[in-house]
Amino acid sequence: MADPSVTLTVTGGADGLGLPLRHGDCRLTAQPVATASLIAPYPGRVAACSAALAALGLAFPAPGQGLSAQGARIVWAGREQAFLFDAAPPDGLAEHASLTDQADGWARFLLQGTGAEAVLARLVPLDLRAGSFPQGRVVRSLLGHMPLLLIRAASDAFEITTYRSMAGSAVHELGRAMRATAARG
Amino acid sequence: MSGGWRIPGRGAEIDRARPLRFRFDGRDMEGFAGDTLASALMAAGVRVVGRSFKYHRPRGVMTAGAEEPNALVEVIEGPQQTPNVRATVQELYGGLQARSQNRWPGLSFDALAVNDFLHPFLGAGFYYKTFMWPRQFWERVYEPLIRRAAGLGSLSGRADEGEYEKAYAFCDLLVIGAGPAGLMAALRAGRAGADVILAEADTQLGGRLLADLPEIGGQGARDWLAGVRAELAALPNVRVMTRTTVTGAHDGGTYGALERVGLHLADPGDLPRECFWRIVAKRAVMATGALERPIAHPGNDRPGVMLAGAIPAYVNRWGVAPGRRVVIFGNNDSALSAARALTAAGIEVAACVDPRPEAAVLEEFPVYRAAQVVGTRGRMGLHTVQVRHAGGLSEVQADVLGLSGGWNPTLHLACHMNGRPQWDDRIAGFVPREGMVRGLTAAGAAAGRFSTSQCLDDGARAAGEALAAMDMAAPEVTPPAAEDAPYGIAPFWAVDARGRAWLDFANDVTTKDVAQAALEGFASVEHMKRYTTQGMAPDQGKNSNTAALAVLADATGQSIPETGTTTFRPPFVPVSIAALGAGARGKGFAPERRLTSDAQTRAMGAPMIEAGLWYRPSYFPRAGETTWRESCDREVTMVRGAVGVCDVSTLGKIDVQGPDAGRYLDFLYTGRMSSLKPGRIRYGLMLREDGHVMDDGTCARLGEGHFLVTTTTAAAGQVMRHMDFVQQGFCADWALRFASVTEHWAQFALAGPKARDLLNTLLDQPVSAESLPFMACQPVSMAGVRGRLFRISFSGALGYEVAVPARYGAALFARLVEGAEALGGGAYGMEALNVMRIEKGFITHAEIDGRVTAFDLGMQRMVSAAKDCIGKPASERPGLMEDGRGQLVGLRPVDPSDAIDAGAPLYTAEAPARAASWQGHVTSAGYSPTLQGWLALGFLAGGRARHGEVVRIHDALRGRKLMARVCDPVFLDPEGRAMRG
Repeated sequence: MADPSVTLTVTGGADGLGLPLRHGDCRLTAQPVATASLIAPYPGRVAACSAALAALGLAFPAPGQGLSAQGARIVWAGREQAFLFDAAPPDGLAEHASLTDQADGWARFLLQGTGAEAVLARLVPLDLRAGSFPQGRVVRSLLGHMPLLLIRAASDAFEITTYRSMAGSAVHELGRAMRATAARG
Repeated sequence: MSGGWRIPGRGAEIDRARPLRFRFDGRDMEGFAGDTLASALMAAGVRVVGRSFKYHRPRGVMTAGAEEPNALVEVIEGPQQTPNVRATVQELYGGLQARSQNRWPGLSFDALAVNDFLHPFLGAGFYYKTFMWPRQFWERVYEPLIRRAAGLGSLSGRADEGEYEKAYAFCDLLVIGAGPAGLMAALRAGRAGADVILAEADTQLGGRLLADLPEIGGQGARDWLAGVRAELAALPNVRVMTRTTVTGAHDGGTYGALERVGLHLADPGDLPRECFWRIVAKRAVMATGALERPIAHPGNDRPGVMLAGAIPAYVNRWGVAPGRRVVIFGNNDSALSAARALTAAGIEVAACVDPRPEAAVLEEFPVYRAAQVVGTRGRMGLHTVQVRHAGGLSEVQADVLGLSGGWNPTLHLACHMNGRPQWDDRIAGFVPREGMVRGLTAAGAAAGRFSTSQCLDDGARAAGEALAAMDMAAPEVTPPAAEDAPYGIAPFWAVDARGRAWLDFANDVTTKDVAQAALEGFASVEHMKRYTTQGMAPDQGKNSNTAALAVLADATGQSIPETGTTTFRPPFVPVSIAALGAGARGKGFAPERRLTSDAQTRAMGAPMIEAGLWYRPSYFPRAGETTWRESCDREVTMVRGAVGVCDVSTLGKIDVQGPDAGRYLDFLYTGRMSSLKPGRIRYGLMLREDGHVMDDGTCARLGEGHFLVTTTTAAAGQVMRHMDFVQQGFCADWALRFASVTEHWAQFALAGPKARDLLNTLLDQPVSAESLPFMACQPVSMAGVRGRLFRISFSGALGYEVAVPARYGAALFARLVEGAEALGGGAYGMEALNVMRIEKGFITHAEIDGRVTAFDLGMQRMVSAAKDCIGKPASERPGLMEDGRGQLVGLRPVDPSDAIDAGAPLYTAEAPARAASWQGHVTSAGYSPTLQGWLALGFLAGGRARHGEVVRIHDALRGRKLMARVCDPVFLDPEGRAMRG
């Protein structure tokens, strides 16, 4: 029989990685993912998904778009996919889209500082200048060789989400780029 | 300074208040901050800086830039050394240690200079003609010998431990080169608000202005530059990148660029040595200037012979005189300008030799018109120049000879996409054509427009055109007034006189070599290049290209345009592999994927092995165990007798949902999945489109329109891609979606007769054999955490796999290991897992290696006859289901003490171990403590009909020979009683 004294403690995706990390004016912190559902509308059901998401004050996002309302957030995450963060999927959504719990599959970090764009220029092969990648914009790309969901959180801050299993490599690579960027002053 | 080579009042770029000590060939010397190694060596009176590639002739500094062919040195940093560093590019820092190259025992006496006396035998094609036979001598004898005698710098033999980086940059306009044209282009585009990157290879902006110091807009060049520099720095949309050489023009407006970041510092701290940039630009202006070319005359390679334009650069930039008496030999007006500038700087010009009969002679120095330099003297440094003129032959005492055969526009980048430049008689050189690289425009000297005024105008024009092409307003600019002297030149390439006249200094190629190539039929420019090696040294022909063409044209009786150029390819300057591969050294090569159980696993002392990118435990050693086999045998016995725990989270988990999910999976798998009942699991095979097995795994139906596909660890990505392809390509309108949930779930296998006992210590609602039968699944709760429970087994023992969200993975693993140990079991690793699946004849990618069919595996019955699936038609092609094919079998040694190696080939018992009698191969092998002997799986021709036969295993690679008996691939519990119990 189950031992009632047993509890299962929680280990975060970025635990034990030495965060926060600081080099120059750049700071890398862990941003735990509380809830995350991947929403993938069935063919032709984007509008129906938006209607269901209206209960949260949200809609299904266009490519590259992120929306937030009432503490919940939805961000585009690839072809006909979006992540819903910080809220449970509203009723009726499952009829129009596949829903998978992904909260534990990802490690999320915030990179903040005036050098953040320069740090990412060493790891992400995309044009992240503010004009091309303004605040709130979302993109799927690579962080070095790692899968990446990148959101511009502020003019000097990026939200970096990658596979939980690769979090150690991600922090190592980011730390390396932060150190080299900081050394340039 | 020693010898007094510094010129008072000159040298704006050095800081005489900051002397720096450095060491060259073991000698301590002193230079100043701002010096290059070349200028510092020159100031220290060093004339010979290296030995030539083939003939080991003494060589001195020839240029003041990246095109330097002679002054290549090794820079030493602790145990590391960097070969072929151009002394003209390397900036001086305190404590710099450099060493000359390609000499033994020393620079002043080099034993291999004997080659120079052998030169009549060592001309073009010598190696090809001489070292043809005996054939096997090439690799073992000749090549090592030649490599020792001919060569450049040497490597330390150690891995490069330096830090490098790679980075991306994006802009509207990339301006390549910051001479007058580039600066005007950057200014105009910057003022217009465009995002501009101005890349300059030198340490500072200015280009030739820094050497020639012309007046611009009524100001001195330095004052004008200071103003421009300040304006560019104040424009937030302009990014100035000095020490950055654009190395290549590539597709889609992408340019490669190499930045020297920390190589000029005594203590670079955390700065990388170099950064390799990929710059993506909507438009680019190539304002790369021009490279001066020498003239081929006998003895033109002595230390002290240099490019005429380099002399004012050393005088004006670093305040150093390359010599005391200078002869200038040039066929164009820039040579005369150089001579005047030197005179103004107080350096004696002993003669200006001009082959043009109409050259002006009213100068402050003697001018020989219609004259030529026909020879030089001075083995370790020039002391006499022989001049042939109308009055006869004169000997002029001089320690420097400045050559100028004209200027070649630096158009290499424009040629990187296979465009060919065109010949321009006006400058006797090649100029770029429009449109050679889409979006790139040449401006200034790079376009063959040489006066300062033309460069300024042209830079502004090019920026205006680029802005217009980007639909951006271009504010009018009025370039400042500057010198606009016409460029007079009469083509003159090689002096007709006895003696070796060098074209390619870096590879020791003379005019005779080129003529010899033509004579032997290598008359096309590409053949001549390869036969003589002209243009194949680190300078890639920057100093020799056009003159070599001209000499070839002369030898073949063609014009230069008819002869054409060789192909300029990236990179424009040498790029270290370390910079291209920055960050990829060691574990940087690929990310590591770590399990939630990783920390505890390592703490338990388990050696980790890589599976894909994952790190998994091989085995968990316990006290007293000295070999992996002891641990592995114990772990297998533990599972067979009690219970084992293994992290299986690495297996791919793909969640498939939607009303059409079942129909889709039927199409994907060889078997039918739509008929699965919710809560049940089925084993499945997926085929590639070509009919071969791609992967195997289980498919669980979690709900009506909800399935969970598992894949092998190695093929997870491939299966995901395949599923995407099938869905998008064949059934895009079906109502289903899938997503990888591999990372979300931590999943652990519990295997062994006590697996259920262990499980029930955790489950909030216990399970029984009946409540959850074999191949069933259900949601569960453990300590309030919701998870999933699957009754499946990869070990053949009573088995479960329990999954929880990854945040609970570490805690659950710890709890399971603790529980298993209390029951006489424990954690097991990949070795034990492998042995147990071999005991059961379960396949992995050792068996499904991409070449086998379901038929070969004995799984043809899993390919449903009642429906279609991906790969089924192709699997029915002739030859893919033949009895003679390699079929999966089991193998056991006839002598129980024999071991079997995976990979070993199989032969019939009587036949010799030859390719002709090859019968198959062993795919997996392991020692089974359960069955007390070695077991193996393999593919044997027609194997299913050969059970009981004895075959020969002859592993020549590892020197193991044995006889083995063929059997069914399932060695243990063929009815599956244990896992169903």
